[in-house]
Amino acid sequence: MSLAGIVFYILAVISISMVGVLVLITTNYDLSLAETVFYILAAISLVGALGVVATRNVIYASFLLLTSLMGVASIYLLLLAEFLALVQILIYGGAVIIVILFFIMLTRVHEVKSITDNSQKPFAFITSLLVFGLLLAGILNSNIEVGERSSVPFTELGTSLFTQWAVPFEVASLVLLIALIGAIVIARPKEDE
Amino acid sequence: MSLIHFQILSAAMFSIGLYGVLARRNALLVLLSIEIMLNAVNINLVAFSSYAESAQEVGQIIAIFIITVAAAEVGLAMAIILRLFRDRSSVDLDDIDLMKW
Repeated sequence: MSLAGIVFYILAVISISMVGVLVLITTNYDLSLAETVFYILAAISLVGALGVVATRNVIYASFLLLTSLMGVASIYLLLLAEFLALVQILIYGGAVIIVILFFIMLTRVHEVKSITDNSQKPFAFITSLLVFGLLLAGILNSNIEVGERSSVPFTELGTSLFTQWAVPFEVASLVLLIALIGAIVIARPKEDE
Repeated sequence: MSLIHFQILSAAMFSIGLYGVLARRNALLVLLSIEIMLNAVNINLVAFSSYAESAQEVGQIIAIFIITVAAAEVGLAMAIILRLFRDRSSVDLDDIDLMKW
């Protein structure tokens, strides 16, 4: 058997067992399939995010960030926002993480021995816990009238983006251009170096 | 599965990102934490737009703008950190006190 065939069979076994696990969780805990998928994706996103703030290695941190962001992209799919899921994967998976990895490769920043956490750590922990409590209290005490999940057609999104939101769209393109030029100017070595 | 699930996920991710921004000394790790916070905000926007009954596309369009600004911010911040690393061979935020008075 060729290597591709072996890889195909392994992937098939993994997918089938994942479907089995999904069905098992769904029937055991009396959840709908969408809820099970949501909890799994939320766990992936949160564990990735926690890893980013807990690890001391910048390379691990950037790959954990990628995991977390792909989890967020799947959450967008669950919210029926297909276009945003695509944009998320393209921009974060294809651009931001690549830029960060190139930066780590070019600077050898990971070889610099430095303490990654500062002395404010306990205060930071308390502050973030307080903010989370505040947000949670606000969320649980609000009763917002909402409908059901529904998707936005691509055509409607595009029409709105290029008519009602045309000026902010152009401003966003200018922001990107200026940021790119600024990045080149800042990162370029000085004349006498 | 209702809107509250997504809101709580968003709040949790935002708090984790906030902890990272406050507790980290490495400039690169602070930048990664800011990305987590921006994504938490985006989850909230997209969730509300998905559950809304009218003007649904607005939340998604603002999320697209946030992603654009985040990408621009990463490019610019990388250039600044690169410059700092070349000049001072350190990315420790506690060492950068040029504008402290």
